[in-house]
Amino acid sequence: MLLSSDKIQKKQQLLRPNMERLSSQTADRQPGPIRLADPNRKPELQQTIRPERVIIRSKDFSFYYGSKIGVEKITMDIEAGSVTAIIGPSGCGKSTFLRCINRMNDLIPNTRAEGLLAVGGQNVYDKNTNLVNLRQQVGMVFQKPNPFAKSIYDNVAYGPRLQGIRRRSELDAIVEQCLRDAALWEEVKDDLSKSALALSGGQQQRLCIARTLANKPKIILMDEPCSALDPLATARIEDLIAALKGTYTIVIVTHNMQQAARVSDRTAFFCLGKLIEYGRTDVLFTNPAKKETEDYITGRFG
Amino acid sequence: MTTAGSQSDAAVQFTRPLRLTFRDDLSSTLLSWLVKSFLFVVTFCSVAAVLLIFVFVIRQAAPFFAESRVSPLERLTEFFTSRRWFPEHQAHPEYGILAIIAGSFYVTITSLLIAVPTGLLAAVFLSDIASFRTRQICKPLIEILAAIPSVAYGVFAVMVVAPWLQKNIGFPTGTNALNASLILSVMAMPTIISVAEDALSAVGREIREASYALGATRAETMLRIVIPAAHSGILAAVILGMMRAVGETMVVWMASGNATQIPSPWWDLSQSVRTMTATIAGELGEVPQGTTHFHSLFAIGLVLLIFTFCLNLLSEHFIMQMKKPKR
Repeated sequence: MLLSSDKIQKKQQLLRPNMERLSSQTADRQPGPIRLADPNRKPELQQTIRPERVIIRSKDFSFYYGSKIGVEKITMDIEAGSVTAIIGPSGCGKSTFLRCINRMNDLIPNTRAEGLLAVGGQNVYDKNTNLVNLRQQVGMVFQKPNPFAKSIYDNVAYGPRLQGIRRRSELDAIVEQCLRDAALWEEVKDDLSKSALALSGGQQQRLCIARTLANKPKIILMDEPCSALDPLATARIEDLIAALKGTYTIVIVTHNMQQAARVSDRTAFFCLGKLIEYGRTDVLFTNPAKKETEDYITGRFG
Repeated sequence: MTTAGSQSDAAVQFTRPLRLTFRDDLSSTLLSWLVKSFLFVVTFCSVAAVLLIFVFVIRQAAPFFAESRVSPLERLTEFFTSRRWFPEHQAHPEYGILAIIAGSFYVTITSLLIAVPTGLLAAVFLSDIASFRTRQICKPLIEILAAIPSVAYGVFAVMVVAPWLQKNIGFPTGTNALNASLILSVMAMPTIISVAEDALSAVGREIREASYALGATRAETMLRIVIPAAHSGILAAVILGMMRAVGETMVVWMASGNATQIPSPWWDLSQSVRTMTATIAGELGEVPQGTTHFHSLFAIGLVLLIFTFCLNLLSEHFIMQMKKPKR
C-alpha cells in the first residue's frame, strides 16, 4: 500500500521534473471546485495597483471591426510582473482586447481603435508606434501551437536573428536559456536540429513560449494557450506561467475558469465586448461584485 | 408501475432488425461489385489511353532506329549529336535534331526566365499584399489568360510583337527565339501564378501571425517563413509552367521563325530557332506515311514525350511533398 503510493509519487515527479519548484501550484489539478491561486501570495496583492507598477493601461479603449464592436470602453490597468486572466463567454472580445495590446489586429482590414491603450506609457495605437519593437517586447503565444516548419533551434533563434544577432555562440546561449526557461530543454537537448513539427502538442506550445522568451519581452500575451492541449500538458504550461511570473507580465485569455483561478493574480470578466468586473482573482471568484460575474462563474449562463 | 415497465421494454427493443437478411446481403454484394467494376473500367480506360499513346509512339518511332541501311547506333548518334536536319534530301537525308532540341530549350528556358520571377512576384502580391477584393478580381482574370486559344497568341506574336521587335529594337527578323519566349512566358504565367499562389496561401495564417508577433516585418515573414514553407509548391508551379512552355506548339510554330540552327553567339535571341513541337506539327502533314522521315518525326515525339513525362513525375513529387504533413 505504502509502496504503491510511493510509486505513484515517483511517476508524478518523472512527469513533472520541475515539480518541487512549484509544489504549491501543482498540488491538485483535478477538475472540481474552483481553487485559488497560491494562498501565500494573498496578503501582498493589493486591490488597487500603484501607478508606477502599471505596465498596461487601457482607458475607454474601444475597438471596431468595420461597424461591428469588438470591445467597448475598456478601462483597466495591468500590474507589471503579475498574471492577469481574462475570462468570459465566447465572442465577448477577450481575444480582441489581447490582440490589440501588440496590434496583431492590424492584419485584419477595416478595423478601428478609439481611446487609450498604453504599454509602458506609450499609446500603442499612436501613428508613430514602432510595431517591430512593440511586438518584440510584447510577445504572444497563440491558441494553437504554431511552430515554424524549421528545426527546434531555428524556431527559438528566429527572433534574435531578426534582431541581427548572428554569432553562433550567442545564439546557442539564448536558445539553451530560453528552452530551459520554458522547461523544454531536458526533452529536446539531444537533438535541436529535429523539426519542431515532430514534437507533441504540449512540447510545441512550450517551444512557442521559448521562442517568445528569446525576444526578451516584457509582456507575454497568451491567447487560450492550453485549449488544444491535454490536462498533463496544460499542467506543465500552468507551472511554466507560475515560474515566469514576476520576470514577465503575463496576460492570459482562458475559457477555463479553474485555470484562471489557479494561475492568475487578477481576473477580468468580459461580456459582450464590455469589461464587467476586474479585480483580485480570489475576490472575483469568491465574492463577485456583479450579478453577471456570479452567474458566469457559477455556470448559470455562457 | 406498468408504464414504467413498458417504457423500459421499449428502451431495450430495437425496432429494426440488426441482422442482414439473405436477400439484403446478396443485393448489396452484387451492387458493390457492379459499382466497383464500373469504376475500375473507367479508371482503366484513362490509364490505358496514356499507355497506348506511349506504345503507339514507340511503335512508330522504332523503324527509324531499326532501319536496314544504317546501324541503330549510328542512327542514334546522328539523331542526338548532329545539328543538320535535312530529312527531305533525295540522296543524303540527314536526321540530326540537336539544333531542334536546343531550340526547344532556348524558348523554354528564356520564357521561364521571364515567367518565373514575374509569376512568383504576382503570386506573393496576390497571396499576401492584395486586399481580398483585388484578389477576387485578379485571380479569375489571370486564369482567363490560360483559356485564350494559343493560335490567338500566335496571331498576336506575328502581327504585333514581330513588327514591334523589328522596328523598335532593330532585329533582322521579328519571328525569333525572343518573340516566341515572350509569348510563351505569358502563356505559362497563369499556371505559375495560380499554383504558386495556392502554395503560398496554404501556409497557414497562424504561421504568419507567429512571425509577425515575434517582430518580423512583412518582407521578413515572406522570405524566411512563408516561401521556405511553400517551396515544394513553388517548385511544382515552376515545373508545370515549364511543361506548358515545352509542349506548346502553335505559338512557337508561328513566332519562332523555324530555322534549324543553334543561335551563334549562343545568347543571341534575335535569331530564329525551331522547336521539337513545331517540327512535328509542321512536317507531319506533308510527309508520305511509312518513310524514314515520317518515322523520324515520331522519334522526336518520343523524345518530347519522355521529357514531359519526367517533368510531370517531378512536379507530382513536389506536389505530394507539399500535401503531406511535414515531419
